[in-house]
Amino acid sequence: MLLAQLSEAAGISGQEAEVRALIRSEITPYVDEIRVDPIGNLIAVKRGRKGDRRVMLAAHMDEVGLMVVGIDADGLLHVEAAGGVDPRVLVSKLVYVGADRRPGVIGSKPIHLLKAEDMDRATDMDSLYVDIGARNKEDAEKLVKLGDQIVFATRCEPLGEGFLKGKAMDDRVGCYAIIEALKKQHDFDLVGAFTVQEEVGLRGAGVAAYRVKPDLALVLEGTTAHDLTETPEHGYSTVPGRGPAIVYRDASWVGDRRIVDRLIQTAEAAGVPYQIKRTVTGGTDAGRIGPTESGVPVAVMSMPCRYIHSPVSVICADDLNNYVKLAGLFLDSLDERGLPV
Amino acid sequence: MKDLVKKLSQGFGPSGSEDQIRSIIRSEVEQYADEIRVDAMGNLICRVAPKAAASGSAPKRIMVDAHMDEIGIVVSYIDDKGFVRFSPVGGLSPHVLLGQKVVFADGTVGVFGTEKLDDIKDLKFDKMFIDIGARDRAEAQAKVGIGDAAAMVGSFADMGVRVSGKAMDDRIACLVLIEAMRRARPQVHEVYYVFAVQEELGLRGARTAAYGINPDVGIAVDVTLWGDTPEHAPFNVSLGGGAAIKAKDASLIAHPAVKNLMIDAAEKNGIPYQLEVLERGGTDAGAIALTREGVPSGTISVPCRYVHTPAEMVDMGDVDACVRLLTAVVEELASPGGGGIL
Repeated sequence: MLLAQLSEAAGISGQEAEVRALIRSEITPYVDEIRVDPIGNLIAVKRGRKGDRRVMLAAHMDEVGLMVVGIDADGLLHVEAAGGVDPRVLVSKLVYVGADRRPGVIGSKPIHLLKAEDMDRATDMDSLYVDIGARNKEDAEKLVKLGDQIVFATRCEPLGEGFLKGKAMDDRVGCYAIIEALKKQHDFDLVGAFTVQEEVGLRGAGVAAYRVKPDLALVLEGTTAHDLTETPEHGYSTVPGRGPAIVYRDASWVGDRRIVDRLIQTAEAAGVPYQIKRTVTGGTDAGRIGPTESGVPVAVMSMPCRYIHSPVSVICADDLNNYVKLAGLFLDSLDERGLPV
Repeated sequence: MKDLVKKLSQGFGPSGSEDQIRSIIRSEVEQYADEIRVDAMGNLICRVAPKAAASGSAPKRIMVDAHMDEIGIVVSYIDDKGFVRFSPVGGLSPHVLLGQKVVFADGTVGVFGTEKLDDIKDLKFDKMFIDIGARDRAEAQAKVGIGDAAAMVGSFADMGVRVSGKAMDDRIACLVLIEAMRRARPQVHEVYYVFAVQEELGLRGARTAAYGINPDVGIAVDVTLWGDTPEHAPFNVSLGGGAAIKAKDASLIAHPAVKNLMIDAAEKNGIPYQLEVLERGGTDAGAIALTREGVPSGTISVPCRYVHTPAEMVDMGDVDACVRLLTAVVEELASPGGGGIL
């Protein structure tokens, strides 16, 4: 299953090569042109029947994880967060280190040795380390280098009735949706922009948009789904099972109302379930695509992901199907009714 | 002039929902502009051609900017009983909202309520809701939808020399631009008057407008804070002290040539002015200055008390000084000498 392959591929910000290679091999049969720009964005073009307008779909390839920043005398690796990671969710997780996926364990003190005050305190990033089974610093240095990426060793697989669990759903679900969309030809040129370094500050997308110069852009993202205990309903951002989330604004950008309205009209006309994302926190690549040159009309559609930015996220399989479907129907509507901008 | 101040202040246009205020401004400026366009983000861009092109060279471009958006709120959720939850648009304090009304684009009015609080210090946006007088969710959804923006209700008060109302930030500067458009006669260079969107969300509109115009010099007009009310933090700007010429804020160090041109123009024309260094906050000049290869930019500020509340206050004497200063600066820049900059 392609989504599982994408989810399990390793690629923290700046080290997206494995994800890029996987996407490249998937889309090559379907697109007319592929290039990788100087900072690593993968940009694919499927030429249109008319080709008078250019529509860009964007999703980021990078995921949150850790990076090796030091090796101590015992051969244990010191780490820093790569992107927004909560250190409280890291203890005792299995990880892969570096390009050759060396297994590692995030160490923790056994309960026998904990002091009373330790029990009340979450471990912070400075006191976490990764154990790759090296005897000492010299051995460890043969296996890893400073700057190597560390990703969670999480299998992507079905969970319960109609759910999936896996890492990096943010934003491999978006990559997956674009790969599916690139299989179909439209009147306009369709550009798939698989961007780098979103998780460290939306860095890739602006560069991609500057080169592509789209007439319209849609960002396909993964977003929070906090429909959980303790949160009052008005604090839910999205709810899994209610369909893809159309985003009218977030902290980085106000979605172009014409695109947002077209997404809603398309979903309603086809009976595809959708929800409007309720909270306006967090940024997306739209915040860099929108202000490119004289401005690019852009909006965001997001996949609800529980436990986002943790070693394991949970998504609803129906949502995934509807997310891919609505993206495709939206593109069809651009053929049938023209671009709304 | 106060009639137009009132009309602009009362116009509806929270960041990202500037359609109504753009129409109001457009109808005011159409008679003065040689060409008007609206860019992809919604910026209203008005070109005023010079009387005569400079001999042997293309006219340079002068960008003058005021933002037309205002702070407000956006609907994030509607509950079973028809209460509306919201998020702020722009820099808003929850305490300002108590007892306050908001209005949506279609005229729907809402009032703010709060959950039970043990201490008023606990007041946060997520403890608040808007009551639009709906009896249940269906009735509320017939009036407002998630993503709809609303603006503060703030009546206009003519206090004589001074006036108060909502959205003086930055409609008073829109007025300054409109008046300068009416008065200034550019000789040899083009002037682009931009009424920008989404300033309150991070100078977003000015950035794309400036890229499109590719100006040779940029001037933003915006409000600034005040330092002359009881026990206020020290700040070298007072209401009635004249046009404020910006030296620095968090977004920009004014280009020395632009700042000095403003000072010289004020001195030469007997326009009262005060110099301003603002520690926090920025203006569209910060975005214009960093466009493409960089644009020499500066800001003229209208002193304004109680900024980002529904009762902002400005002094019409300061407004007049800003109009005269902007007119003089534009004419100087658009002259064959280019103000020593172009």
